[in-house]
Amino acid sequence: MSFVEYGDTIKDGDTAIVFLGHESMFPVKVQHGTVTQTKYGVIRHSTDLIGKKYGSKVTCSKGGWVFILHPTPELWTMNLPHRTQILYSTDISIITMMLELKPGSIVCESGTGSGSLSHALIRTVAPTGHLYTVEFHQQRAEKAREEFREHGVEHLVTVTNQDVCKNGFGVSNIADAVFLDIPSPWEAIGHAKSALKAEGGRICSFSPCIEQVQRTCLAMEEYGFTEINTLEILLRVYNVKTISLQIPDLGKAAEDNSSTGFDSSNASHQASPCTNLQQGTVQFKSGVPLREVVGHTGYLTFATKN
Amino acid sequence: AMEGGPGARIREGDCAVLKRDEVFKAVSVLRRRKIIFEKQWFYLDNAIGHIYGTMFEVTSGGNLQPKQGVEETTTETKEAGTDNRNIVDDGKSQKLTHDDIKALKDKGIKGQEIVQQLIENSTTFRDKTEFAQDKYIKKKKKKYEAVITIVKPSTRILSTMYYAREPGKINHLRYDTLAQMLTLGNIHAGNKMIVMETCAGLVLGAVMERMGGYGSIIQMYPGGGPVRAATSCFGFPKAFFDKLHEFPLSKVQSLLSGTFTTETLPAEENALLEEESNGLSEEKQRQETEEEPAAETPMETNPAEEQDTMDMSAEDGEFKENKEKENKENVREKQIKQWERRKKLKEAAALLGEKNADGLIVASKFHPTPLLLSLLEFVAPSRPFVVYCQYKEPLLECYTKLRERGGVINLKLSESWLRNYQVLPDRSHPKLTMSGGGGYLLSGITVLLEKGRAEGSDSEALKVEEPAAKRCKLQHLPC
Repeated sequence: MSFVEYGDTIKDGDTAIVFLGHESMFPVKVQHGTVTQTKYGVIRHSTDLIGKKYGSKVTCSKGGWVFILHPTPELWTMNLPHRTQILYSTDISIITMMLELKPGSIVCESGTGSGSLSHALIRTVAPTGHLYTVEFHQQRAEKAREEFREHGVEHLVTVTNQDVCKNGFGVSNIADAVFLDIPSPWEAIGHAKSALKAEGGRICSFSPCIEQVQRTCLAMEEYGFTEINTLEILLRVYNVKTISLQIPDLGKAAEDNSSTGFDSSNASHQASPCTNLQQGTVQFKSGVPLREVVGHTGYLTFATKN
Repeated sequence: AMEGGPGARIREGDCAVLKRDEVFKAVSVLRRRKIIFEKQWFYLDNAIGHIYGTMFEVTSGGNLQPKQGVEETTTETKEAGTDNRNIVDDGKSQKLTHDDIKALKDKGIKGQEIVQQLIENSTTFRDKTEFAQDKYIKKKKKKYEAVITIVKPSTRILSTMYYAREPGKINHLRYDTLAQMLTLGNIHAGNKMIVMETCAGLVLGAVMERMGGYGSIIQMYPGGGPVRAATSCFGFPKAFFDKLHEFPLSKVQSLLSGTFTTETLPAEENALLEEESNGLSEEKQRQETEEEPAAETPMETNPAEEQDTMDMSAEDGEFKENKEKENKENVREKQIKQWERRKKLKEAAALLGEKNADGLIVASKFHPTPLLLSLLEFVAPSRPFVVYCQYKEPLLECYTKLRERGGVINLKLSESWLRNYQVLPDRSHPKLTMSGGGGYLLSGITVLLEKGRAEGSDSEALKVEEPAAKRCKLQHLPC
């Protein structure tokens, strides 16, 4: 396996995702002789994982079972060890499309952070593209390098440990796209421009606060970027539930069965198992929004260098 | 694979996109061909040879002229009011009449100058606040200083264009929803993808762009053939189509039940007839999709194709005596074509038959449930799938049916909201209007389906997953 190429069977050294249930999973590094504890008991890598197909159900020592999944940037994003606040797949998807990334694209990114976006970028530009990612925090830069090695994508990425606002991306006239997720992106717009190809390219900056966006937009304009456009994307997730609502007793049922408030002909035309007049309830499927949802991650500002 | 990145030049025969402000239109670049865009007509001849991204102005006679730098239309007098307490709308603030403006335009006066004249002849301009002056100039510029940019097609541009101009043809799939699909589906180079769409080929094009010519795609199609009007707007290199296969939906059942063989294919003569009728139904289909209530036809029909059909009918009339000979040749040609089609069909069937696809993307006008229940059979375990539907309700049913079937985990029903912002000094706010709906997605991951105890595991899966969903915490939410 690698994060840019599917494999069928689990091998020694792979990073696999242990799926326990809805939204409950964690990554595991597959190693001969190693065991992993789960709430359903122990998984023995040599016998339970290596050689099995990805997507298999694995029975743990206490009899409970889990699924072992092939890693993807999206699963990694949901399970990676946080070293910083990270970008999630909803923002990542619009960033990837609006930066027009595809196999062969050269991308510059800063900061690397926890590598959530980095993995998605590498996946998209492989096998012929490259990611130049800049992280000013030495420990984080080193950790990112280690992860890229473990995930079999080190040939597609260069991690540089420097301050992008002072020293830029370490490359010039090479990138098709630049992405910024730093506290003062306006200080890096000039460097972004020189990292982009002379013929042009796309830029994106992610900022949580509108004041940051304003300064960034002004800087982009100053450096001659066009098509400056700020947007925000939010995900709404729905739980699929069967709801039953009680029919109020208006004292009519005794008088006439057809006047319960539901047109009897209508009821028979509709999916009859849903309407249960005898029990005084109506059942239906609904997509129910979660009680609490993410209301804001950050503003995304895109622009073009011509 | 990187041909036509930034810096590429506009060539004759290219697929390009015209852009004016936020309005797009896809065209083929051809000499001496009149283009009508945003109430202006012009020829693209002069654009050939320029770099993509170049801005043009339309001059008299419909010629395009590259725009020289960005001139500022700043009014020298930096005079401005502070509020509008004394500004009265008497409808007489503009001293130029409609006829005056028309006369200016007819004289071929530059748009920039017209805007300047409008400002000078506005009695209230100087009393307006600086912000109001700015807004006034912007509005007039937009109307009189038409700048057309010619850009290289991409998923970003084409999906934005389709959503704005022809949402009906792509089942109202908004571009941010399409972006989610590509990411949730882990579309990348080297995949073997199954795509079932009735979005004019836009979703197929988006998948092709992300795969960059590496890997293979099997497009499932209803009716007589796949619709790829939008796909052709991307201007992909020919090599991208070598690994693009197609397979008719109507043969899926026979493939799954094992009754699909080459013998079940129509016999040669019947095949000829069928091909013709297929052609007809294809045409009919095309007509149907074009019968959208859209006021204007935003897409250029492929002019090369148009030309071909016209030339052929002309020949038919002229060389009647050769008809018999030609007919024989035609039959031979058709037989060869048919043989090729059968070969391609066999190839696609073999690819599907391996049941090891790396993902499934569905975005169609059909009910998603039967599509999913059948097409998931062709997907390998531990691979993502994404279904788009304009409406939420069919996906509720699909969700329930997939749970009953088993072999899928991490099912998620979602929708994305997109909000655009105006960002200007002291005037930043969300844009006045936003899209009311861009459709819904149902996504998940396949797992090995244990056939022996499929029924038992279903209820088990339900038991395990349902209550867990309820205690889902905020920090676990994928944003």
